Amino acid sequence: MFAYIVRRVLATIPVMAIVALFVFSLLYIAPGDPAAVIAGDQATPADVERIRASLGLDRPFLIRFGEWVWNILNGDMGVSIFTNLPVTTMIKQRIEPTLSLMILTLCLAITIAVPMGVIAAWKQGTWIDRAVMGFAVLGFSVPVFVVGYVLAYIFALELDWLPVQGYTAFSQGFFPWLENLILPSIALGGVYIALIARITRATMLEVLQQDYIRTARAKGAGQTNILFLHALKNAAVPIVTVIGIGIALLIGGAVVTESVFAIPGLGRLTVDAILRRDYPVIQGVVLLFSFIYVLVNLLIDLLYTLFDPRIRY
Amino acid sequence: MALLEVENLQTHFRTPDGVNRAVDGVSFEVAAGETLAIVGESGCGKSVTAMSILRLIPEPPGKIAGAIRFQGKDLLTLSEPEMRDIRGNEISMIFQEPMTSLNPVLNVGRQIGETLRLHQGLSAKDAEAKAVEMLTLVGIPEPGRRVREYPHQLSGGMRQRVMIAIALACNPKLLIADEPTTALDVTIQAQILELMRDLKHRVGAAIVLITHDLGVVAEVAERVVVMYAGKKVEEAPVGQLFRTPRHPYTQGLLGSMPKLGSSLTGTETRLAEIPGLVPSLKQKIPGCVFASRCSHATDLCVKVAPALELKAPGHIAACHYATKEGAIAA
Repeated sequence: MFAYIVRRVLATIPVMAIVALFVFSLLYIAPGDPAAVIAGDQATPADVERIRASLGLDRPFLIRFGEWVWNILNGDMGVSIFTNLPVTTMIKQRIEPTLSLMILTLCLAITIAVPMGVIAAWKQGTWIDRAVMGFAVLGFSVPVFVVGYVLAYIFALELDWLPVQGYTAFSQGFFPWLENLILPSIALGGVYIALIARITRATMLEVLQQDYIRTARAKGAGQTNILFLHALKNAAVPIVTVIGIGIALLIGGAVVTESVFAIPGLGRLTVDAILRRDYPVIQGVVLLFSFIYVLVNLLIDLLYTLFDPRIRY
Repeated sequence: MALLEVENLQTHFRTPDGVNRAVDGVSFEVAAGETLAIVGESGCGKSVTAMSILRLIPEPPGKIAGAIRFQGKDLLTLSEPEMRDIRGNEISMIFQEPMTSLNPVLNVGRQIGETLRLHQGLSAKDAEAKAVEMLTLVGIPEPGRRVREYPHQLSGGMRQRVMIAIALACNPKLLIADEPTTALDVTIQAQILELMRDLKHRVGAAIVLITHDLGVVAEVAERVVVMYAGKKVEEAPVGQLFRTPRHPYTQGLLGSMPKLGSSLTGTETRLAEIPGLVPSLKQKIPGCVFASRCSHATDLCVKVAPALELKAPGHIAACHYATKEGAIAA
């Protein structure tokens, strides 16, 4: 088991290397010249050339890539072209709201979606099942920003239960923090809940047909016990896999959600950086998101063994 | 009073193209400590009968009617929680497929212990200790190690032993075994049958054995119920049934069994088969259910359903032409 963990962790290195190469190439693939942007409208070609040289944009690709990777490994992601602050500092300032939003959404989604899927499978074909599936279709098809604005309108403007927008740091207390994040989490979680609920229902339907469920019933096990122990543990692997893959949805959705609810997080930072062609920041943020994604999926790979003893490495 | 009295059991399934009368008016009794075999070919309703006793038939689409009296109380009138107290505790069940009947993600100890925790309120620790005891009882070597293992680490025979351990953990009064040896190798079959017989004496449970294997019946059963197309067609003590079967269907079943040594004695013949197919259970048959395949069938058989009649002491059959001496022309 330990050897397996080491192997899996080592295997993420080439993945991250490829991600890094791709992220770095963005600079070359994307249209527009950052030097020209920084120089502004009034600059002469000589000015642009000078800025290009000062940024090191004129040197060969591989050398710059090597340097860049080396610096990142040493904790230096470069300096923002726009604010002249180190990218790591900017990320540190913005990471808490985004992680808070994603973790809360994740917890919310799992606690809502998994029981929803389980109950839909149990009550297959009834109105409960249809309601859950209807909700899932809705969750898939209504975009995050629409849900966000509707929620903000109802619960913040009309009912005045929750703040319209903004973010309160966790250090200011749990409840103020939660208050600000509830609406964004629900808005962001819609698609995710739909996805998890659907896969849970489908997997549970299959598992509930199995002989060992009949055995559990014949033993005198109760319905809750059968659903949440005997069946759900067997259905766990596909569900957990989808939860992991769905993290990508959360990352994409966080960018939009943070804009809608004016949360000063990494998503906003990313959007601003893209609009300003602030390449060091874009690279830093994309790399970080990729790293989180790879890490989560690594964790999920390791979780499989917990759920299914037949999986051995 | 018998331990289990099944009276006019009717288990019907609603399907898109009509009602499937899987079990249609079956009655039998099981005395305490007795072994009753229910035999018949695939689709005759024997497994559904077994599942109906524990009410494991999903309702809907299933519908169970009649009466199933266990120690005098009708199981069909019990609430679901009351039924759960009986399942795995007073009546337990072993299934045909040991490979798929155990939960793959829970260890063996947990699965045996679950019954004890549910019905006897044992702690997790005590339940595991008792599980080790049960594994020893069903003859699994190194029970202390096996108790932590998962089903995929066990062979088919061992898994069926685990199923038996689960079924017997709470000392049930009645054990329903649905084709317990069908999926196993012949040598393992013999071991499992031996084990069941041994444990039956030790625990004193009555057994309802569902099988299509007449060899198994001859070996363990005391009394036999023969089912055909959802109906009971014959019932007799095991020796009597094998010596003088009264119903043409039972005769057909016995005739389709190979006899050991027949080639040595020169009595070797082609195995008899019963021509035709089991009738659809979706339409009501006015006459004898076996008439369409019976070589002795007359107009009477097609028109009037024969009643179950006592043909000899303890021996009943549903055939117009079965006599006290045996069936016609047999």
